[in-house]
Formats: sequence, structure tokens, C-alpha cells
Amino acid sequence: MTPTESHRDDVGAKIGMWLFIFTELLLFGGLFIVYAVYRYKNPVAFHFAAEELNRGMGILNTILLLISSATVAMSLTAVQLNERGKSLILISITLMLGVLFLVNKYIEWGDKWGHGIYPGSEKLLELGHGEVLFFGLYFAMTGLHALHIVIGLLILTIALFRVKRNRITSSDYVLLENGGLYWHMVDIVWIFLFPLFYLIV
Amino acid sequence: MSSENHSCQSNYLTFKGKYAGVWGWLFSTDHKRIGILYLYSILSFFIAGAFLGLLMKLELIAPGSTIMRAQTYNGFFTLHGITMIFLIVIPGIPAVFGNFFLPLLIGARDVAFPRLNLLSWWIYILGALVALSSQFLGSDPPDTGWTFYAPYSFRTGTNMLPAVLGAFILGFSSILTGLNFIVTIHRLRAPGMTWLRMPLFPWSLYGTAWIQLLATPIIGITLLMVVAERTLKIGFFDPTLGGDPVLYQHLFWIYSHPAVYIMILPAMGIISELLPAFARKPIFGYKAIVVSTLLIAFIGYFVWGHHMFTAGMSGTAQFAFSFLTFLVAIPSAVKVFNWLATLYKGSIHIQTPFLWAASFLFVFMIGGMSGLVLGALATNVHLHDTAFVVAHFHFIVFGGVGYAFMAGIHYWFPKMFGRMYDSGWANTGWGLFFSGFLTLYFPMFILGMKGMPRRYFDYLPEFHGLNVISSLGAMLMLFGLAIVLINLMRAARRGAAAPDNPWGALTLEWTVPSPPPVANFIDIPTIVTHPYDYSILQPKDLSK
Ligand SMILES: [Cu+2]
Repeated sequence: MTPTESHRDDVGAKIGMWLFIFTELLLFGGLFIVYAVYRYKNPVAFHFAAEELNRGMGILNTILLLISSATVAMSLTAVQLNERGKSLILISITLMLGVLFLVNKYIEWGDKWGHGIYPGSEKLLELGHGEVLFFGLYFAMTGLHALHIVIGLLILTIALFRVKRNRITSSDYVLLENGGLYWHMVDIVWIFLFPLFYLIV
Repeated sequence: MSSENHSCQSNYLTFKGKYAGVWGWLFSTDHKRIGILYLYSILSFFIAGAFLGLLMKLELIAPGSTIMRAQTYNGFFTLHGITMIFLIVIPGIPAVFGNFFLPLLIGARDVAFPRLNLLSWWIYILGALVALSSQFLGSDPPDTGWTFYAPYSFRTGTNMLPAVLGAFILGFSSILTGLNFIVTIHRLRAPGMTWLRMPLFPWSLYGTAWIQLLATPIIGITLLMVVAERTLKIGFFDPTLGGDPVLYQHLFWIYSHPAVYIMILPAMGIISELLPAFARKPIFGYKAIVVSTLLIAFIGYFVWGHHMFTAGMSGTAQFAFSFLTFLVAIPSAVKVFNWLATLYKGSIHIQTPFLWAASFLFVFMIGGMSGLVLGALATNVHLHDTAFVVAHFHFIVFGGVGYAFMAGIHYWFPKMFGRMYDSGWANTGWGLFFSGFLTLYFPMFILGMKGMPRRYFDYLPEFHGLNVISSLGAMLMLFGLAIVLINLMRAARRGAAAPDNPWGALTLEWTVPSPPPVANFIDIPTIVTHPYDYSILQPKDLSK
């Protein structure tokens, strides 16, 4: 065993997470640039295509994610206050909300698929360039976001088990804190995706 | 300070940990072993990439098809580019010397996240294998060049997906290494090592790490978009679906210009470490070098358009990008002046690392000045996509990174392997390499100015003479390279034992035994002086 293996640095771990979050935001940033360019080039088509999306679903998903961000933050406070049971419940609620978000996304995507709108579909190609790009970006951006939800759920599941086994405690909770940070990042990306696809028509 | 203290601890090369034999290396989280893993992987890829380069030069030794078909040549320059750029010069110096020496230089026992560090190497190997599989799986090897330009990258029938995905995976490795280094530098500097007492190689790694972190995601998402384009026909960059291929070029260069600084900043860091040690003088303008490092990292983000002057952009944009390109040359020039001033009136010890560092200055200046020729709008239109561009970036990237890498390996070899190499052969190899390098690339400046385009397996008869010279230079250079590498490989196994501080240098890595013990330092040192304070040396310390 080298001395480094016993080395623990929570501040360092948190800086690392923040840096990773920067890279994630820039990853989405590339898609946001592409979105901005094509929206500027095809304003009318983007307007009509956006009306095709189910705004109610979008609002519901936004609410789900906002609540889940609150519960994950509360679960951390609960751990810090040594209230393990409460923390377990709050993490579970967060996980449930995340899964619900994915279920909604699945219904939404399935609905579009049912109408013959998916990348490369004949119906979409008939609609024209602006629509192709709008729905292409819609599937790509919400798809990548959904993938991040899945990763966030995995991290929080690990955190759940660690809280259960007392490996995340009021003196050592950086994993849950970082998982929470990641979850907030996923949330904030959605906060930008939601108006861009559902609200600006 | 005394080495008897350390001898009770086994050194990192012979240390027996949890796993035995080769697994003790593949699963080691010791930053020094990971550095060596990168060294061997990168050298192997480099030999392959250099061999491809030689084959292309042999093809160009006479007009017409000499040793290969046109399509083979297209595959070769693509693979040469992908290997050299994504597998060698981008990870290169940070992965090898950064991993090995960053903790030693700042007085730490390891990087901040040792296991993440090992994971980065594994991701690197995975990415390399995926990228190289494009050669053997499926249809023909990729033929787009390393830039994967749209729309060709999703129209060509060749095996593009593995190459693009491989580059994407390699980006992850790069991001994680950068992240690790930033946290390491923020959290693990030895007590007393304030920011302005940090040696310049760690400073350059710090600037580099920020670029790795903030620019790499852009190429990541762009490559994913190409993958989506090829598999799902989303239309991001496909003009038949409303997409814009020029947008691809923008996104690609938003990363790939800063990537040039991912390559060159650490190279500059090595040179800044070396010159004071071999001039026995404090570095001139330490703060100016630090500030210029950060300025290069920052301004480097805003110059990407200079790769696209002929691709269709507004006059205003062209002017702005050209102006910013000239601006970014200033901090680079500041460094060159500082290096020269460091040498001025120094007591210069001409040894192998110094020869590589001095020739770095020479080729880097030619590369930098020719970059300005390309950054100027009028000359760019004339020289765009000619052999001049190839000469320019081989002077900068190969000349910059390659020479600094060689300077670094000859400087730190005694520390890394605990053995000395034969300096006679090392100097001979350097001489042949340097002459071959100039013979190889210098004629390409002239060929480009005369109008010979890049990326063709064939050329007009009037370019024959200079191409012959260039191809002969390639052979000479590789002969020199072979001597250098064989000399080092022999030394790694059979060289004489190296002292702790063969060059009389002052930075912390020279205070520990060669090779360093597993934990680097028995007691973490406390820093009280500037890293290059050669005025405190006694005359006896200055002798070898
Ligand atoms: Cu550039």
C-alpha cells in the first residue's frame, strides 16, 4: 500500500466534479450552437415544428426534474444531519422521479415514432429541411439528455446503496454530494432544452 | 535530501505490489508506471506512424504512381494523421512526462486521482484500438484525412465509423487527464510552493489541462454528430437535408486549433525547464512565461477561423480571425525571447538534451513565422491546401512537440530508468535527425509556394527535383531516429547506473533517487525558493 491510497481529499473530489460538469455543459454547448445556427436559418419551419411537440408533457417533465433536484439536495442535508432513513427515502424519491421522466420521454418519442417522425423517416424527409433539422436536433438533444439522466440515476443508485451500508456518513458524503451536483447539471440542461423546443414557437 | 534515507524504500521499477509481473504494470495506479505505460504505447504508435510517413515520401519520390495506388495513398495520409495527431502529439507530453514528473515537480506523492489516471490510460488504449480497427474491419480504410470533413466523412464508402468513434474515445482520455492535472496542481503542491514558485513545466501542463477540459468536449459532440449523420441521417451537416458542411468545419476547428496548443504548450514547458538547467542560470522572465502560457491558452480559442479562409466566410470574420491569429503569435514570441535571454551569458553545457532544446528553438521559430504567412489573408489564399501548409505544421507540431519530447526524454531518462545512455550515439542520432528533418520539410515550403497541392499521390514533373530531396531527407531523418531510439532502448536495459542529479538541475525531481521510490518523497519537502535559483549553487554543485 502506497501512502497515496490512504489519501482523501473531499475538496479535490468536488473540484474534479465541477470540472467534469464544465465539460458536460460544453458537450451540450456544441449542440446548442448547431441549434442556434439552424433556428436562425429556418425560423418558420422551427416555429411550426415546435407546435407539433406536446407542451403538457414538457411542462410535466420540467416539474418532475425540478422536484427531483430539490429532493436530492435534501437527501444530502439529511445525511449531514445523520438522518439516514430520511436520506434513503429522499434519494429513492429522486430516483423515482428520474425514472418517471424517462417514461414520459418514452411516451413522447413513441408518439412521434407512431406518426412516422423519426430520424431518416420518409414522412420527415417530405416535410422539408427546417423540419428535418428541428426533429433531428430534438431527438439528438433530448436523447443525449436522456442518456445523462440514466448515468445520473446510476450514480445516485450507487449512492443509495452506500448510504444504506453506512459508507456515506455525516463525515464522508462526497460521493452523494457529487452525484447531486451531476443531477443538478442534468436538470439545468433540461431547463434550457425545454424552452428551446417546447416554448419558443 | 540524503539518498541513504530513501534506499530503504524500493524504487517504482522493481516494486512488487498487489499484482505480479505485467499485471503489476497494467493495473498500477503509480503515476510513474502509468507514465511509462504511455511512453511505450506512444512510442510504438509513433514508429508505425513515422513508417507510414516514410512510405508516403517514397511514393512521392517520382511523379505518377510509384509504390502505391491513389486510394492507398489516401488511406495512408488519413491513418498517418489520425495516429500522429490523436494518438501521439495530443496525449504525448502530458501523458508521458506530465504523468511521470508533475507530482515529482510539485512535491506530491501522486496525482489527485490515481485510479482515474489509470482509467485514462485504459480509455486511451481502447480508443487507439477502435481507431486502428478501421484499417482491418469492414470495407476500405478511411480516406478523409484526419479532419473528417463533412459531407465526405458520411458519404465515403470507407470504414469511417471506427475512426471517428476512436477519436471520440481518445477525447475522453484527454479530458480526464486534464481534469486530474488541474486538481493535482490546485490541491497537491508541496507546502511553500506558491503559484509563482511552481516550475514552468507544471505551469504549462496547467494551461494545457484547461484547454483539454474546455475544448475537447466540442470535438466530442461534433464527432458524435458525424456518427449520427452516418447512421441515422439526421442532417446536421448534410446539404441535401438542409445541413451546413461549413458549420462542421467551424465546430471541428473550435477544438482543433486549441488542440495545437494542447500539443505545443507542454513542449514549451519542457524547454523552459531545460534551458535554465543547461545554462546554469535562472530562467529569464519567469512571470512573462507564465502569463504568456495562460494568454496562449486563452487567445488560442478565438483563432480557429484561420483554417477556413477559403471555405466561405464574411470579410469581417476573415479580418477578425486573421488579426487574432497575429495576436496569438505575440505570447509565443515572448517565450522565444525569454529563452534566448536565458541563454545569454549563461554557462552553457552542450549535452544531448540541450542540443534537442536548441534545435527546438530553431525549427519552432521557422514554424511560427511560416504560421504568420498562413495567417495573413492574401498569402493564405495562395498557399491554402498546398505543401507549404504541410511543411508549416510539421515544423510546428513535429518540430515543436517531437524535439521537445526528445529533449525531455534525454533530460529525464536517467531519472526515469536510473541509467545513463551513451551520449556519443545520442548526439550522432540527433545530428542525423536534425539534418534529415530540415532536408525533408524545407523543400516543401518551396514546393507549396510554387503551387504543389497537398494530399495527392501524384504531382507535375516540374516538382520532381525538390520532392527527391525531400524524400531523401525523410530517409536520413528516420535513420537518425532509429539510432536515437535504439540507443535509448539499449540504455534502459544495460546503461550505467545514473546519479541522482546528472545535470546539476535544481527542480525537485532531482532531489530524489534515480529511479524514484514508489512514494516519491520520504517527507514532502517544504519549498523556500524560486525553482530556478541557480545563484544559490556552490561551484561543486555545478560540476557533473
Ligand atoms: Cu489553427
